[in-house]
Amino acid sequence: MRGLIKAAVVFALAAGGFANFGPVNAGEDLPAGVTVVKAPAAKGGPLAEILSGWGSRSKSTQQLQQDDFENPGYLWVDKGETLWNTVDGKAGKSCATCHDDASVSMKGVGAAMPKWDAKLGRPMTLEQRVNACRTDNMEAKEWKWESDQMLSMTAYVKNQSRGMPVNVQADGPMEPWVKRGKELYYTRVGQLNMSCANCHEANYGKFIRADYLSQGQSNGFPTYRLKWQKVGSLHRRFKGCMKNIRAKPYKRGSDEFVAMEIYLAQRGKGLQVESPAVRN
Amino acid sequence: MKHAKKIVTVCGAVVMAWSAGIAIAGVTKPGDVKFDDTKVTAPLTNEAGDAAKGKLLFSNRKKGNCLACHVNKDLADKPFHGEIGPPLDGVASRYSASEMRGILINAKVALSDETIMPGFYMVNTGARVAKKFKGKTILSAQQIEDILAYLQTLKE
Ligand code: HEC
Ligand code: HEC
Ligand code: HEC
Repeated sequence: MRGLIKAAVVFALAAGGFANFGPVNAGEDLPAGVTVVKAPAAKGGPLAEILSGWGSRSKSTQQLQQDDFENPGYLWVDKGETLWNTVDGKAGKSCATCHDDASVSMKGVGAAMPKWDAKLGRPMTLEQRVNACRTDNMEAKEWKWESDQMLSMTAYVKNQSRGMPVNVQADGPMEPWVKRGKELYYTRVGQLNMSCANCHEANYGKFIRADYLSQGQSNGFPTYRLKWQKVGSLHRRFKGCMKNIRAKPYKRGSDEFVAMEIYLAQRGKGLQVESPAVRN
Repeated sequence: MKHAKKIVTVCGAVVMAWSAGIAIAGVTKPGDVKFDDTKVTAPLTNEAGDAAKGKLLFSNRKKGNCLACHVNKDLADKPFHGEIGPPLDGVASRYSASEMRGILINAKVALSDETIMPGFYMVNTGARVAKKFKGKTILSAQQIEDILAYLQTLKE
């Protein structure tokens, strides 16, 4: 918690006043390319309403996400577009060779990730899917999870779904993964002995020192964080939250984090993809 | 023995005595704390708590970090008081010292099983405790007594 709070103090100061904190109503003040930041929750779920993390940011941070030219995450989206069209690997192909125009072929793909892969018999995150295409279809080397290339490509692909509803499959073979993710979400970990739900379910909408707690939704990832000074993956955020409560985080791409990603996407149904969101 | 040695270098002699099962005169081990319902009546150390030190620990982000979750008017000069728990203004008028000691040691026993408030003097905490913090309490016995002495100054 220490690191998080320290950084938060710095950026809360940098971000200026808190006067406009709190969830906004759809139609008032929205991020670019998005029409919903607040949605009714499914009956029987744990949340009264589903709120994007957008509403938990100061006005000045929000403003960065209201104009694509101001949004620093677009540097990664642009790099992703370049990579999309760049030939790499022994097969002499680029993503575009097979997938052509991403604005057509990738529309809605990011909104439905992670997706069940029948051949592998497991779900695949966008990162894992991209790497599978690189190794199997391009004979190119895998990209590291948090590499600039992977962040750029996932930001670019996700961005093709911006404004579309989060639409992860939760039934059928995905069911045990949702269940596992939920289990992890409610398990207390670390010396501070907290679960994700302790902060993001029981206490969203309140300040924890200088941080205004959101529901910890995943619809903005990969996200540009002022604290990171770059775009980061959802699994990086998971690691950060676990470290702050003095727990040993799982690894990026681990089954545990994949399960949590699936569960979070399911939990956030009703929200729209905002990638790349801007957060402090 | 190798294990014991490692702990010793990290935590010092106090822990060595603990791991050898010898009680240090005047310091109650986390496992030996006796709850009387929600209260812990006996001080954890022989040394009286120091309220001035307790006040520093209250806002120290690496230690109590109580301010992360509690508003406290006595520390109005410090920015960013959290609002997860109730304000602690006048808390000593609501709780006895034994009750507050219980809350500090293990709020899950003293307040509610569901609480987000960490147990500051216990070792059986969450799963997957980071290596650096394994087997350690968030605060030392003396620091609990120091914060308690400070809380006792917060009267209505
Ligand atoms: C040789 C052709 C080929 C190349 C090159 C290729 N892919 Fe694919 N990609 C496919 C095929 C075929 C599928 C369908 C899934 C499968 O069975 O592998 C696919 C599936 C995908 C999917 C999932 C689509 C969905 O509907 O769920 C994504 C995302 C993707 N590719 C991204 C990329 C990216 C990014 C690159 C470049 C780094 C790339 N692909 C390069 C052939 C290719
Ligand atoms: C001690 C409280 C705390 C706990 C416990 C915690 N987080 Fe967080 N988390 C935060 C804070 C503070 C932020 C930054 C402000 C915000 O968006 O809530 C954050 C942000 C996030 C975000 C980014 C939200 C966005 O809109 O950008 C995600 C996702 C997230 N947390 C997931 C998790 C998961 C999963 C867990 C459990 C492994 C977890 N958190 C545990 C405090 C916590
Ligand atoms: C992560 C948040 C958190 C932290 C950190 C925290 N507390 Fe709490 N505390 C709470 C909550 C929440 C409650 C209310 C009980 C509940 O509903 O769970 C509480 C209750 C209390 C109470 C009872 C107050 C009353 O009026 O009923 C006292 C006393 C207290 N805390 C003292 C402290 C002290 C001293 C520290 C620092 C050593 C501290 N707390 C750190 C969250 C926290």
